[in-house]
Amino acid sequence: MNRRVRRWFFLICACAIFGLFVSAVRQMPTFGHYRGPYGDILNRETVYERHITDVVTAVNFDWRGIDTLGEESILFLSVIGTLVLLRKPSSEVNDSHDENDTADKRKGREIPLPSAATRVATLGLVGPLVVFGLYIVAHGHLTPGGGFQGGVILATAPLLVYLAGDLKSFKRIANHETVQIGEALGLLGFLILGLPGMIRGGAYLRNVLPLGTSGHVFSGGMIAPINVCTGVAVSAGLVAVTYVFLEHTLETRLRGRR
Amino acid sequence: MLVLQATILIFVAITATAVVFTRQPVRQVVGLSFYGIILGLLFFILQAPDVALSQITIGAVALPLMFMLSLAKIRRDAEERKRREESEHRREAA
Repeated sequence: MNRRVRRWFFLICACAIFGLFVSAVRQMPTFGHYRGPYGDILNRETVYERHITDVVTAVNFDWRGIDTLGEESILFLSVIGTLVLLRKPSSEVNDSHDENDTADKRKGREIPLPSAATRVATLGLVGPLVVFGLYIVAHGHLTPGGGFQGGVILATAPLLVYLAGDLKSFKRIANHETVQIGEALGLLGFLILGLPGMIRGGAYLRNVLPLGTSGHVFSGGMIAPINVCTGVAVSAGLVAVTYVFLEHTLETRLRGRR
Repeated sequence: MLVLQATILIFVAITATAVVFTRQPVRQVVGLSFYGIILGLLFFILQAPDVALSQITIGAVALPLMFMLSLAKIRRDAEERKRREESEHRREAA
């Protein structure tokens, strides 16, 4: 296919796609006018039926909880895949140490220590960030947020430790067994929380806990525990992936620091 | 409200175009992170705070982070390969 044929082929396809695009846009509801029935039904019923004030979380973890279970499994599998692909056998890491050290020094690439201002700002943020992440996870059924968002926020706390230049602490946090166990336990907890509904004769992931008062932290039944499980899995997964990416750099730098 | 929405939509268009036309990957990732924040603002203005929060955590933090780490890893692997080839050449010459 030479250049000219290719251009004609592109032009014809582009015209066809543009035509389809225009007809699709013309059939869309006008901006800001929602016309599906489901959103209205959910907005009306959720607070009464589930005692949850954040409808989005109710949709994610209750009305279509099984989809979210699938999403979390996808996340779990991609984390495991990344770990398997990138994790180096410890022998390999040790072998390349000296070579890397000399290479870094040769190019004038000694590791600069972060400035005092960076250290104070980042380390000072770690505590509030952890509290904020826990808040987002725990209040997923009351206000915007939930396990996924809170999990990511929690996972950035160890990264701040890394940015502050405290490499040893970062390694101790991110390479800890609890990270890997947490990643597995988060998904397992979600799976197990679906079972009581079946045992009591209902559907998988059916709510069995008391619903409580709308607007209180302990309300909404199963959604809060499921959110906590999701938060654990997401934060542990993200920390594990970041660690496996930074592993090599970290080993070299820790050695160079000594 | 309509003015606000129009403004933020224009900003989304500008930042998205900027991300596409940035040719250097590292700069592109920084632009992508900024674009993620703008998109989060758009969702917030369209009264979807849940989606906005997800967008800010994933689109502005987690995704650029993964890109940055991958770029760093690719660069390091390339340097390692180059070094290995150089040392092999030296060995052959000797």
